[in-house]
Amino acid sequence: MTRRLTSGCIALLGLLLATPALAVYNPLNLLQNYQPEVVVSDPYVEMHTGPGRGYPIFYVAGQGDAITLLKQRTDWFKIRLARGAHRTKEGWVHIDQMRHTLDLDGNPIEFVDYGIDSFSGRRWEMGITGGDFEGAAAITTYVGYAVNPYITLQIEASQILGDFSDGSMFGANILMYPFPNWRVSPYFTIGTGIVEIEPQTTIVQAEDRRDEIAHAGVGANIYLSDRFILRFEYKRHTVLTSRDDNEEIDQWKTGFSIFF
Amino acid sequence: MENRLQHIFLSICLLVVVLVGFTPTTQAATDPSALELEPLVVREPERRKIDIDRLDTEDWEVGVFAGLMNVEDFGTDTLTGVRIAYHVTEDFFVEAQYGMTDLGQTSFERLSGGAQLLTDDQREMSYYNLSVGYNVFPGESFIASRWAFKGGLYVIAGIGSTDFAGDERFTLNVGLGYRLIATDWLAFHFNVRDHIFDSDLLGREETLHNIEFSGGLTIFF
Repeated sequence: MTRRLTSGCIALLGLLLATPALAVYNPLNLLQNYQPEVVVSDPYVEMHTGPGRGYPIFYVAGQGDAITLLKQRTDWFKIRLARGAHRTKEGWVHIDQMRHTLDLDGNPIEFVDYGIDSFSGRRWEMGITGGDFEGAAAITTYVGYAVNPYITLQIEASQILGDFSDGSMFGANILMYPFPNWRVSPYFTIGTGIVEIEPQTTIVQAEDRRDEIAHAGVGANIYLSDRFILRFEYKRHTVLTSRDDNEEIDQWKTGFSIFF
Repeated sequence: MENRLQHIFLSICLLVVVLVGFTPTTQAATDPSALELEPLVVREPERRKIDIDRLDTEDWEVGVFAGLMNVEDFGTDTLTGVRIAYHVTEDFFVEAQYGMTDLGQTSFERLSGGAQLLTDDQREMSYYNLSVGYNVFPGESFIASRWAFKGGLYVIAGIGSTDFAGDERFTLNVGLGYRLIATDWLAFHFNVRDHIFDSDLLGREETLHNIEFSGGLTIFF
């Protein structure tokens, strides 16, 4: 254990020392080289040392300066500004200041702005929820694709963690949004899937079960801000067992998603 | 009178000059055979419309970590794992984490002399979690007077599952981390995380707090 730790520390130290050499070369970005040039049209834009408002402003690019866009992280753009023949300055500029830059022909540039409109017109979303599955805890992750603002197709995977048994559940659903433009947007959902339940090892041995399920539910998406959506949902599952009776299971869950 | 004659004479001169000066060109223009056509070059206007979507975005962060994990009643052992994070805004990020450690012996096992609570398989512990992080103090940290590192503290909390003693347990996690951004694409992380779950392994149902200390590195892409 000590040897593993020591070698880990040495590797970490080596990487720390090698960082200046690695600074110019990101192996994951070999294929990305789209670096357009834009012109500052505001009196100035502020260049920060890092992609965040907590990082200090160390330079400004003035009106009429041509700047090269290098990359984007969240709402921040890394830019390069030529100073003289050989000197350049690189820094991060916030999207709100970038909105007033022009392309080389003098046309405004379109920057995305996430708001309630992009929430209603979203295409992809992914999220996680946690909640109660007939007394057990359930964690669900899902990915949804909006065919149009009213209909979303969704696949989901859940892990069920009970006191006496564990399980997993996979499903495909359709979500219908009657009022996609509302900030609190209710929906109906129906779907189908499979559920697998296995008893916990500390309890007496019982058989693993794998059944088909069908479900129907209601829920609501609440647009928070940026790309965050809060979600509440109630679902009623019908487990199509091999026995005579079908089993009914209630599921309550809450979580959030982000959209793209 | 003299002035008037001068005026007429000058006007005629001017007219002649103008006619002589312009007639050949007008004749040449009307005579197609005299036309010298310049080679016609159709220049497509260069497409310079800027597409911000094509810009390299580096909102994902992927990496590995290693450290120590203390499991209540089972002592401390090494921990290794992987994490992936997506930065939604400059303040918030979502993260998925997977870690593995081994369970040591409980004090009961050591004192009883030979009694084993768990099999070797059950001593392999792993967890995954899905969490939301919030960058609380982003900014620069100074080492000596000339070196400034970008970085910041973050708080993180989430839900997940722990494979503990052969059973899956619903697990909450809360923690605190420091991200040191070495370059634009490489960051070092230092983490303290509490993994909280219920277990009845030692006789009665109790809430276990399991503390993880880890360090790691991530790459933005």
